[in-house]
Amino acid sequence: MMQTVAELSDALRARAISSVELAQQSLARVAAAQATLNAFITVDETGALASAREADAALASGDDAKLTGIPIAHKDVLMTNGLRTTCGSRMLEHFVAPYDAHVVARLRDAGTVLIGKTNMDEFAMGSSNENSFFGPVRNPWNAAYVPGGSSGGSAAAVAAGLVPAATGTDTGGSIRQPAALTGICGLKPTYGICSRYGLVAFASSLDTPGPLARDALDCALMLNAMAGHDARDATSLDRPVEDYTRELRASTSAKPLAGLRIGLPAEYFGDGIEASVSSSIAAALDGLRALGATTVDVQLPGVAHSVPVYYVIAPAEASSNLSRFDGVRYGHRAAHYDDIGEMYSRTRAEGFGAEVKRRILVGTYVLSHGYYDAYYLKAQKVRRLIAQEFVDAYTQCDVIAGPTAPTAAFAIGAKTNDPVEMYLNDIFTVAANLTGMPALSIPCGFTSNGLPIGLQLQASYFGEARLLNVAHRFQQVTDWHRRTPPATTTRPIAAEPAR
Amino acid sequence: MALAPDAIARLARLARIDIDRDEARDVKKKLDAILRLIDDLQAIDTTDIVPMSHAQDVMLALRDDVVTETDQHERFQQEAPAVSGGLYLVPKVIE
Repeated sequence: MMQTVAELSDALRARAISSVELAQQSLARVAAAQATLNAFITVDETGALASAREADAALASGDDAKLTGIPIAHKDVLMTNGLRTTCGSRMLEHFVAPYDAHVVARLRDAGTVLIGKTNMDEFAMGSSNENSFFGPVRNPWNAAYVPGGSSGGSAAAVAAGLVPAATGTDTGGSIRQPAALTGICGLKPTYGICSRYGLVAFASSLDTPGPLARDALDCALMLNAMAGHDARDATSLDRPVEDYTRELRASTSAKPLAGLRIGLPAEYFGDGIEASVSSSIAAALDGLRALGATTVDVQLPGVAHSVPVYYVIAPAEASSNLSRFDGVRYGHRAAHYDDIGEMYSRTRAEGFGAEVKRRILVGTYVLSHGYYDAYYLKAQKVRRLIAQEFVDAYTQCDVIAGPTAPTAAFAIGAKTNDPVEMYLNDIFTVAANLTGMPALSIPCGFTSNGLPIGLQLQASYFGEARLLNVAHRFQQVTDWHRRTPPATTTRPIAAEPAR
Repeated sequence: MALAPDAIARLARLARIDIDRDEARDVKKKLDAILRLIDDLQAIDTTDIVPMSHAQDVMLALRDDVVTETDQHERFQQEAPAVSGGLYLVPKVIE
């Protein structure tokens, strides 16, 4: 299933295939790939086929929308009514969500067919998808390598053609970095565009739902369904509905990006970037210039501090958000305890993995008496400095380009013992979460050993349509997004039922 | 700044996470490394900068003061480890 959402939508309308057939294909590919990739935590075959039958009926009666009948997957941090929602954690191993997340309901109402829930770093904390209670996800381009994280299952599922599109959430790069490492597109929209209702909270001021898909047009189609005001999320923005595909029409111009100013911050092109990443980004920028764009140097010195700021603010918010997991109302409860204090502390010791515990402890520390001003308040002040630098930079340019991550995928296990080295994967992505501005990653090349490389494009608030247009124009003249990984999923594998 | 030797036990208590003595050594080592990373912030001049607590400086939305939720406690309590008569059960808190 290497076709795009747009292509499958046309095929459904042309009656070349039915939604039930598509769902069956997707389910078969998911089952065949599970032992190799471990991309899914829960597969909902019965629900998928029922939704697909409804979609076929809607298509037959003409009561259909663009996404009617398209199989998708949700990151397992988004609540799905009646379906297990684990957040990749032992804490929620058996938790069945009692309601739908806003974006889940929106995509269901748009006619999509939910195949299942994808694997992820526990509570979305990680950059390699090695922090899942359900085991690591593997990169479809090379199963010895990580797919990135935390939306690693969604990224691997799209890259391997198990589903044409999936949802993710991005708190510090968790959509864009796995998209880059698996050779697909991932968009983190402006904070507030997609409701966080039903997204199990990690860092509430940073968490952002968004789409992962093969190309920019599909991301736009997914975002059209996902975006929208929701009174149940106090930070959801009430603004006019946008059609994110509106600038993605065919262009007759040889220079469709004429007039576009691309900012190149020195901070995104410094030391520590893998040579093949640097050369692929340089080639992509040449491609964008050939389409009529101009490039301009901009200064974003605060980006160097974005990782430290993030690793104060995100753990601080996490330590507060994850206090709800106490073994009382839902989730895991320890079997043995003498009093309520022991019940809490054993439940949390057993239910959380090592990285989640570390972040809760760091968050507890930076919020504790005597350290609040020095760490948490300080980080919030530097956050504003960084945001102001971006606002200033966007007076000189329309978009900012650079690598999504400093390296391509790394080997499973390579960085698991060094959290700080792992955190530095996020160096180019966390700023967009701190500012709340949109950013996307699109494929732009490969390393010599065949691992994908991602180009990050960023814009100021509400610049999604512009970003998607730039990406779309690039994809009209390149085929990086059309490359598919070796057929990891065609080999018949004794299907191991997803836990 | 490195954590004091007893800091892990204190943080574990505050965070309500059991950490045994063997585990604490590794946790301290990794937390010390993370704190060295975030100590980078101390060198930045933030005089007169207003803290940014949120991605957008918008007023929190107000809504009409009407009931919008329905009573779903039976559904929600299906997820609880221990309930009785519509109540969540916990170990005795008051002697």
